[in-house]
Amino acid sequence: MTETAFFLGQIFNGISVASLFVLAALGLALSFGLMRVINMAHGEMLMLGGYFAYLTLHVVPGPLAILVAMPVAFLGAALIGALLDWSVIHRLASRPLDTLLATWGVSLILQQGARSLFGAIGVEVVAPRWLDKAILVHQGPLAGLAVPEARLFILALTAAVLGGIALLMTKTRLGLYVRAVNQDRPIASATGIDARRIDLMVFALGTGIAGMAGVVLALLGPVTPTVGQSYIVPAFLVVILGGLGSLTGTAIAAFMVGMISALAQIFVDVSVAQVLILVFVILFLQVRPQGVIAIRSRALES
Amino acid sequence: MRLKKAGLPLLMLAGTALCAPFAHAEPTVKVGVLQSLSGTMAISEVPLEKVELLAIDQINAKGGVLGHKIVVIKEDGASEPATFAQKATKLIQQDHVVTVFGGWTSASRKAMLPVFQKFHNLLWYPVQFEGNECSPNIMYSGAQPNQQALPALTWAEQKGYKRYFLLGSDYVYPRTANLILRKHIIHDKLKVVGEQYVPLGGTDFSGVIAKIEQSKPDIIINTLNGDSNVSFFKQLNAAGISTDKLPIMSFSIAEPEAKAMGPSLLAGSFTAWNYYMSLPNQMNQAFIKAYQAKFGKDQVVDDPMVHGYEDVYIWAAAAEKAKSFDPNKVRAAAVKLGFMNSPLGEVKFAQNQSMVQKAYIGELKPDGQFKIVWSSPKEIKPQPYDPLTFPGKSCKLH
Repeated sequence: MTETAFFLGQIFNGISVASLFVLAALGLALSFGLMRVINMAHGEMLMLGGYFAYLTLHVVPGPLAILVAMPVAFLGAALIGALLDWSVIHRLASRPLDTLLATWGVSLILQQGARSLFGAIGVEVVAPRWLDKAILVHQGPLAGLAVPEARLFILALTAAVLGGIALLMTKTRLGLYVRAVNQDRPIASATGIDARRIDLMVFALGTGIAGMAGVVLALLGPVTPTVGQSYIVPAFLVVILGGLGSLTGTAIAAFMVGMISALAQIFVDVSVAQVLILVFVILFLQVRPQGVIAIRSRALES
Repeated sequence: MRLKKAGLPLLMLAGTALCAPFAHAEPTVKVGVLQSLSGTMAISEVPLEKVELLAIDQINAKGGVLGHKIVVIKEDGASEPATFAQKATKLIQQDHVVTVFGGWTSASRKAMLPVFQKFHNLLWYPVQFEGNECSPNIMYSGAQPNQQALPALTWAEQKGYKRYFLLGSDYVYPRTANLILRKHIIHDKLKVVGEQYVPLGGTDFSGVIAKIEQSKPDIIINTLNGDSNVSFFKQLNAAGISTDKLPIMSFSIAEPEAKAMGPSLLAGSFTAWNYYMSLPNQMNQAFIKAYQAKFGKDQVVDDPMVHGYEDVYIWAAAAEKAKSFDPNKVRAAAVKLGFMNSPLGEVKFAQNQSMVQKAYIGELKPDGQFKIVWSSPKEIKPQPYDPLTFPGKSCKLH
């Protein structure tokens, strides 16, 4: 493999890792960033997505089963999120520390539930044949570069999800209501918007996206009861770095973190690369504590 | 009135006094079984506890040890080294056990070591580890590096592999094992083309795989532990590197992990152990039958479990030989027993309190079982201190 191929390969890896972070963090950006609800059970939504994928692949035969798994996981996780919001979160809406504790408890319950239902070891989710290969470059300056199709698929999916959310927020009535409630909740309520229903829908949308993310993460990683724990911290990191309330900021922050991780790994160990990411985040937040894109709104200023 | 009140308790006291001669008709001896029944290690250690209890039940059914029935005190280490130390102290001081079977992670063993040394008790430790330890109060039945890692290297060299990529999780066992492997690889005039460590539980292998592609190894020696293995194999497959293009030798994957990960992900890769379920000897067949009859037809057994099982039998034999349960006498007798037949084959404890045993290389088949493709010509004598890496150090315990 030539040096150029290796370097470009790492750039692709950085974008790929960024796409994984975006998918993991987008749901959190909606609930934490827009609603300022600290949902410690967010990682478990990703975990549930993985298990939905496992169940779907068992029932639905054929290579396109993974595409069926995505809406299944989206709906499943959205329903569970809606239940979580109705039962726990909206009752603690004004008490963020209590929300944190309560959702932490829910996270433990979901982990144990997965353990009791599916066993502690984890379950098998295998990529279908059409996502099983890598595109290999044989000649020229990029000789030796191997681009996995699974990662390209995830990249495409991330772009589609980001595009879909952008359209939702800017071009639909629901998006208008969400932006209104986010900007100024009392006035939005005064104009007749049911703020509680909007909260419920945003939260469910966030968990639904996390469920869908869990399906694709199952292509590249394990599906175990505790897998959500490895995604929750990077997800929070990316949301805070990106700036609370801004979905674009989250995407940009994910890109930055992904690229730093991948490019650092050209020179140093994985462990050191992780340290470098955290150092970068700390320094960035010292210089610019509001994050990449600073949203000013009454809700956030309170 | 007072007599009436005292009447029933007095009657019961009299009854107990009458029964006393029959209550302790059979002498008993207490042993401890200390494994993680909760926490992240439970998935590995709960089956290990089960098989240790199975051995004890089998020995009791045949009359116990020295005419004593074995009474088991079970404790939960909860995947926390500090808890292991605390429970070990409780077992020895409060329950007065004569020996303990337990531990899995090196961290748990290192936490328990001072407890067993302080109270002069005896721990039987069944898991392969990094060596570098020589305690008179621990019987090490799990593989030393020269009984797993180095035989694997011998096999790889015999197959003509010259370029080695060492990949591991970032903690003591992979670091020490790779240190030893590196010394031997260079001593044998071969090349280490890469050495990478990923934090325990890490899931991103994009950079590592890029480095593997760049360095063009003949074989990867994999000491990743836990869920990292799933991520690594999935991402390796996604990158188009299959096991027939690039052989992988793993030290922390056995039958249960293969079953959980899905054998299709790993088929064709290699592992090195002192035991495989597919070992053809008769004792192994009988053992698997007994285990599956009790715990389920689809249960799988792995190397640490069989070491734990055999530890109980060797303790019983050593106690019989020493005619005593005193830990010091038992350990002295244990190293004087000759080779014993076991599901692993012929094994015995050497003077350094580690087990003399064969090493096998297995290739994973799509059904989740391993086909044995190589076995060491004879039983390997354990070396707690690798002579190339730690010259001058030796373990003299008897």
